[in-house]
Amino acid sequence: MTNQTENVIKGGSFLLDDISYERVFTPEDYTDEHKMIAKTTEDFVENEVLPQVEFIEKHEFERSVKLLKEAGELGLLGADVPEEYGGLGLDKISSALIAEKMSRAGGFSITHGAHVGIGSLPIVLFGNEEQKQNYLPLLATGEKLAAYALTEPGSGSDALGAKTTAKLNAEGTHYILNGEKQWITNSGFADIFIVYAKIDGEHFSAFIVERVFPGVSTGAEEKKMGIKSSSTRTLILEDVAVPKENLLGEAGKGHVIAFNILNIGRYKLGVGAVGASKRAFELSVKYANGRQQFKTPIAQFNLTKEKFGTMASKIYAAESSVYRTVGLFEDRMGRLSDEEVKDGKEVAKSIAEYAIECSLNKVFSSETLDYVVDEGVQIHGGYGYMQEYEIERAYRDSRINRIFEGTNEINRLLVPGTFLRKALKGELPLLQKAQSLQEELMMLMPEEPGDEPLAQEKYLVKNAKKIGLLAAGLAAQKYGKSLEKEQEVLVNIADIISNAYAMESVVLRTAKSIAKAGLEKSKQKLVYTQIFCQEAFNEIEQHAKETLVATEKGDALRMLLSALRKFTRHTPINVIAKKREAADKLIEAERFIV
Amino acid sequence: MNIYVLLKRTFDTEEKITLSGGKINEDGVECIINPYDEFAIEEAIQVRDAHGGEVTVVSVGSEDSEKQLRTALAMGADKAALINIEDDVENGDQFTTAKILTEYLKDKGADLILAGNVAIDGGSGQVGPRVAGLLGIPYVTTITNLEIDGSNVTITRDVEGDSEVIETTLPLLVTAQQGLNEPRYPSLPGIMKAKKKPLEELELDDLDLEEEDVEAKTKTIEVYLPPKKEAGKVLSGDLGDQVKELVHLLHTEAKVI
Repeated sequence: MTNQTENVIKGGSFLLDDISYERVFTPEDYTDEHKMIAKTTEDFVENEVLPQVEFIEKHEFERSVKLLKEAGELGLLGADVPEEYGGLGLDKISSALIAEKMSRAGGFSITHGAHVGIGSLPIVLFGNEEQKQNYLPLLATGEKLAAYALTEPGSGSDALGAKTTAKLNAEGTHYILNGEKQWITNSGFADIFIVYAKIDGEHFSAFIVERVFPGVSTGAEEKKMGIKSSSTRTLILEDVAVPKENLLGEAGKGHVIAFNILNIGRYKLGVGAVGASKRAFELSVKYANGRQQFKTPIAQFNLTKEKFGTMASKIYAAESSVYRTVGLFEDRMGRLSDEEVKDGKEVAKSIAEYAIECSLNKVFSSETLDYVVDEGVQIHGGYGYMQEYEIERAYRDSRINRIFEGTNEINRLLVPGTFLRKALKGELPLLQKAQSLQEELMMLMPEEPGDEPLAQEKYLVKNAKKIGLLAAGLAAQKYGKSLEKEQEVLVNIADIISNAYAMESVVLRTAKSIAKAGLEKSKQKLVYTQIFCQEAFNEIEQHAKETLVATEKGDALRMLLSALRKFTRHTPINVIAKKREAADKLIEAERFIV
Repeated sequence: MNIYVLLKRTFDTEEKITLSGGKINEDGVECIINPYDEFAIEEAIQVRDAHGGEVTVVSVGSEDSEKQLRTALAMGADKAALINIEDDVENGDQFTTAKILTEYLKDKGADLILAGNVAIDGGSGQVGPRVAGLLGIPYVTTITNLEIDGSNVTITRDVEGDSEVIETTLPLLVTAQQGLNEPRYPSLPGIMKAKKKPLEELELDDLDLEEEDVEAKTKTIEVYLPPKKEAGKVLSGDLGDQVKELVHLLHTEAKVI
């Protein structure tokens, strides 16, 4: 039998290898079905959900339950559930598009996402046959709603420090669960909870817990800053007898489920942030076109155009990166054989493959969204501070994205950490590459990129990756095992790698578009690419310099700084002019366009 | 029951119309099913579900119209036909479309044909009635309710905000007005099924039509955008003078009196 996973793109390999645009998924590759699915979701949100949001924001959650059931009838809950269990078994692109379009509904999209994502996926991916048959058909239609209970008052990022316990009863038929889970999305109405607890206080495991089991209760609704239209409560477990058949996956292997579900949660969060960013952009540009000051629509002022140019180029970068990653998952999971799909270990392996990309997307997209809503409020001026304007809610709703599914700090630290682990395991030739790069430094000759479209940006991507390798290699060499403590350096490295991934993603997407649709139809994409690459590269240079200075001294430092200068030598483009150019088209279209 | 729906692909209602080279710019424009045709599709599906039979959606247009036909299939129509006139007809009008549709429909034995009351782009509302005329069957426009009992049909139609009830018989052509029903969203299972439903593609040749047979009866002299809305004028001074000036301006500037 041939190994189906042989040809897949390795997670993290983007830093070391070049890749052809042919192998990268871009939003221009959507099929007609993808577009129809997106449209159905969009129309459902606009016509059915949005009119209810103001009530759900006041915690009228019976409306959420009703809407979820309606979504279920349209198939919007079954995309990730295989057909044999009553779902649709659609590709990852479709389910990502549903999440993107849902995001306009603010907190309700968190409700939807928690149900179809972290709530249902543990059973889809890691459930046994019986569990799948018992629960999935009900989850796919919305007859039962799901929630995910990992966090505890004392354990957030340190998930394995959970205090909730499970103990097999004397008869050996039930696990008795005790503990408290905090900030559980959907807890106000969910029927099924995926709960993590330690068997005998030691073996971290996952359980399917039904609300109707005696001893299950929830606390009061939390008073949150944003996403108020999602239900968040404490889940209380008091001597809850859970049938032993409801142990999910293997006893003591709960971390495999928890971490991989987190990975998926992270890229899905990225998708949602892209959708929310587009909405905030649209609100802002429409407002700026309508609002006149000094007898001029404020959209026409160059400083407003600067904002639109920056916002849109960041959204383009986030969208390109996120869908590239969704494409990686689609490719990798699509290659699993029928038996492998039913094997939790194989599934976990293929999700864990892209842990780095998931973290990068989570950080980059949530920060793009925060930037866009912040500028969105600014463009609205005083009106943006008023609750009558949607941008006010978008601003509050955005903030949680940098915190949940692993804080951005934790996700940043995971990036270099995972790289080094992959290198030590021999999965990525990181150290060899870093070594040969150091040799290359000695005889590095400055290069002049050509004039053709994207020549400069391709050159910047190439050097961005080298700078990332240089910084990572240097830090690994210098600090060895104590690198873990150098969190500032690690985060600098993560930021360099993050920008490099986003830069490469926009360059590949634009190159693909130019090749398929021609330069004329790819102009807006090209302008975004130029703006984004220039600004991201400037940040890379700054982070690299800080890292070198913190790591080396004296002659060694001077040599490294001189190498960095060679890598960063280029003639910058005029971003002010490019942003005006991008903005003119956006102001005309009154929404984010590519 | 053998049901046909006439469908037109139109610009999305949110699209802005721009001209280039004396023509409406279609580049990069989002298109949708003409919203009134959506009512027609929904009604057709409901009639089929109640009385049995088959719904076929048909569109005269270009290759691009396939997407809108697929959407209709995803909503629940059974079959689709695309009459692609891209290569044969340069300037068509309502006559052109009606003639082509009639040739397509004439031997189909349609019991009920539904169309939108008007297309949101051209806005003529002619194609439906013309087709009925050419086929020699009755038609009722702007309907808001449809009840079928055997071959007897009772229709409520909108007459400028009021309504009248009409009784007629099949075969029949009706055009749909807002209020007829609430069109469903194409569900995800529907979308996936639509891929496998038959979509027949035809050209003028297949209907034994020559270009001359469908030549437009009208000529487009010029295409231009409506003038930009100017800021209003606030008159001041003595009320009597204001009235005088207003009348004067209505004569000389606005030229409406």
